[in-house]
Amino acid sequence: MEIKRLTLFAGHYGSGKTNIALNYALWLKKHAPSLTLADSGPAVSPRVTVADLDIVNPYFRTQDSAAWLKEAGIDLIVSQYAGTNLDAPAMPKETYGLLADRTTYGVLDIGGDDRGALALGRYTDEVLAEGNYEMLLVANKARPLTRTVRDTLEVAAEIETACRLPFTGIVNNTNLGPDTTAEDVLSSIAYAEELSKVTGLPVKMTCVRQDLYEELKETIPNLFPLNLQKLYYMLNE
Amino acid sequence: MSEKVLMKGNEAIAEAAILAGCRHYFGYPITPQTEVAAYMSKKMPKIGGTFLQAESEIAAINMVYSVASTGKRAMTSSSSPGSALKCEGISYLAGADLPALIVNVQRGGPGLGGIQPSQSDYFLATRGPGHGDFHVIVLAPSSVQEMADLTAKAFDLAEKYRMPAMLLADGTMGQMMEPVVLPEPRQTQADHSWAVTGTKMEREHNIINSLYLQPAELEEKNLERFKRYETIEKEECLWEEFMMEDAEICIVSCGITARVSRNAIVEARKQGIKVGMIRPITLWPFPKKALFDAADQVKAFISVELNMGQMKEDIELAIRCKKPVELVSRVGGMIPSPEEVLNAIKKAAGEEE
Repeated sequence: MEIKRLTLFAGHYGSGKTNIALNYALWLKKHAPSLTLADSGPAVSPRVTVADLDIVNPYFRTQDSAAWLKEAGIDLIVSQYAGTNLDAPAMPKETYGLLADRTTYGVLDIGGDDRGALALGRYTDEVLAEGNYEMLLVANKARPLTRTVRDTLEVAAEIETACRLPFTGIVNNTNLGPDTTAEDVLSSIAYAEELSKVTGLPVKMTCVRQDLYEELKETIPNLFPLNLQKLYYMLNE
Repeated sequence: MSEKVLMKGNEAIAEAAILAGCRHYFGYPITPQTEVAAYMSKKMPKIGGTFLQAESEIAAINMVYSVASTGKRAMTSSSSPGSALKCEGISYLAGADLPALIVNVQRGGPGLGGIQPSQSDYFLATRGPGHGDFHVIVLAPSSVQEMADLTAKAFDLAEKYRMPAMLLADGTMGQMMEPVVLPEPRQTQADHSWAVTGTKMEREHNIINSLYLQPAELEEKNLERFKRYETIEKEECLWEEFMMEDAEICIVSCGITARVSRNAIVEARKQGIKVGMIRPITLWPFPKKALFDAADQVKAFISVELNMGQMKEDIELAIRCKKPVELVSRVGGMIPSPEEVLNAIKKAAGEEE
């Protein structure tokens, strides 16, 4: 995938945006060229900032990953109320700084559905003016409200209407959490391709859990391995 | 419909309710259960159902009362402060012997409390949520799969015994995502000859009411209801036993803390400590007999809860205080770590570090 300065992940809630955003930020940190002249030596890693614009759901957020992000040298912009008991949809002021600072890669985690994407609308003019961005539709065929191309298009249209920023690509993130098999991912390829055909947008990435990556990397183009950051107590040992 | 889907707990409740034939949802948004309403708002119009965001929780529960009166499956959902508001209406449902599903995805309290997970409405749910002598059936899911399965079960039980049922989940259960096999679509098989559906001039009027002018008649109604409760206590208790065969310590926990406890039990077993768990799935009726029987086998119980020890009281009652019951608890939206539970297990086993 061609690297743009700003990468925005949007989609139906629960489609996996936060996890992909975190993994992509880490990938950028390791592989992307630095954007600053002062840091232009080959050994210098680029500046990367993750901005959590999900102000709708106060439960699972990038905040939970704050510790390892810091360790990886990735900056995090998140509502000061994340993880607290205050259910206040407040936008962090630092997001404007990220949009203005073109020496930093920005990975933006957009809230779920149209309601979550509404918050992005505030920055749409700046994003469009700079013109160096990918707006990616994250889709998971195993989610009940995006099981068909038709339902997914409905969600995508609602998001575009809410934030006024058209999608530029698709991320196929079909998964069943820890139960995902290679077969599940393979069986979603046709769905992603049809989604691509109908929208005219390329499938920029297909995401898989790290342990399935080796098995599938020859078969699926643009395969992107994910390390799951948000693990909860599993029922079965 | 045996294919797996990846769902949030709250979505699983909504979809399972629809599959169970519920076409009438009334609610009012509150974190952390809002996805139930959001899902219903998207899905109900597509299948000819009713989604209505009421002006308040009190209005919503009374709308449930009216639909339930017609013998149709109706539900509402909320989180702790909103569930407290519904209590008056739940009492009226119980008094009129109406089946209905009330979902409570608990958050921290008291008062406005917080939005993070809690199990502090245990008393509210199990002691009859509202005024008067009554019970509701209380089901406590511990996985997203159970969020779906127990929603369907709650509708069935409510109808079978003509009483309200409450799905009592914690915020984590509502928000977490797991693969689910959705239950088969079903329609109610129960007898609805009591419902108000229009007499067509062919039968006597059915009357849905909780007001009785004669004290003796009201007493009779209460006694009849408690006879039904006796049957339920005898026949409908649900619980799961985990590694109990040779256990010397018994953890009792439900919802998210049962999962944390499970991790701790596996770790303790590796260290040679014989510990198991009885996980109540119905909180009312409470699995008293399973616990009473376990009291002869184990030397101690540990109650793991997201409250100050509300279920601990039920455990002590169930085992007639035969053995000590320790408490591991976090409140205010915090969840105990497996290490905290493991430490309590070690302490109970006499291996204090």
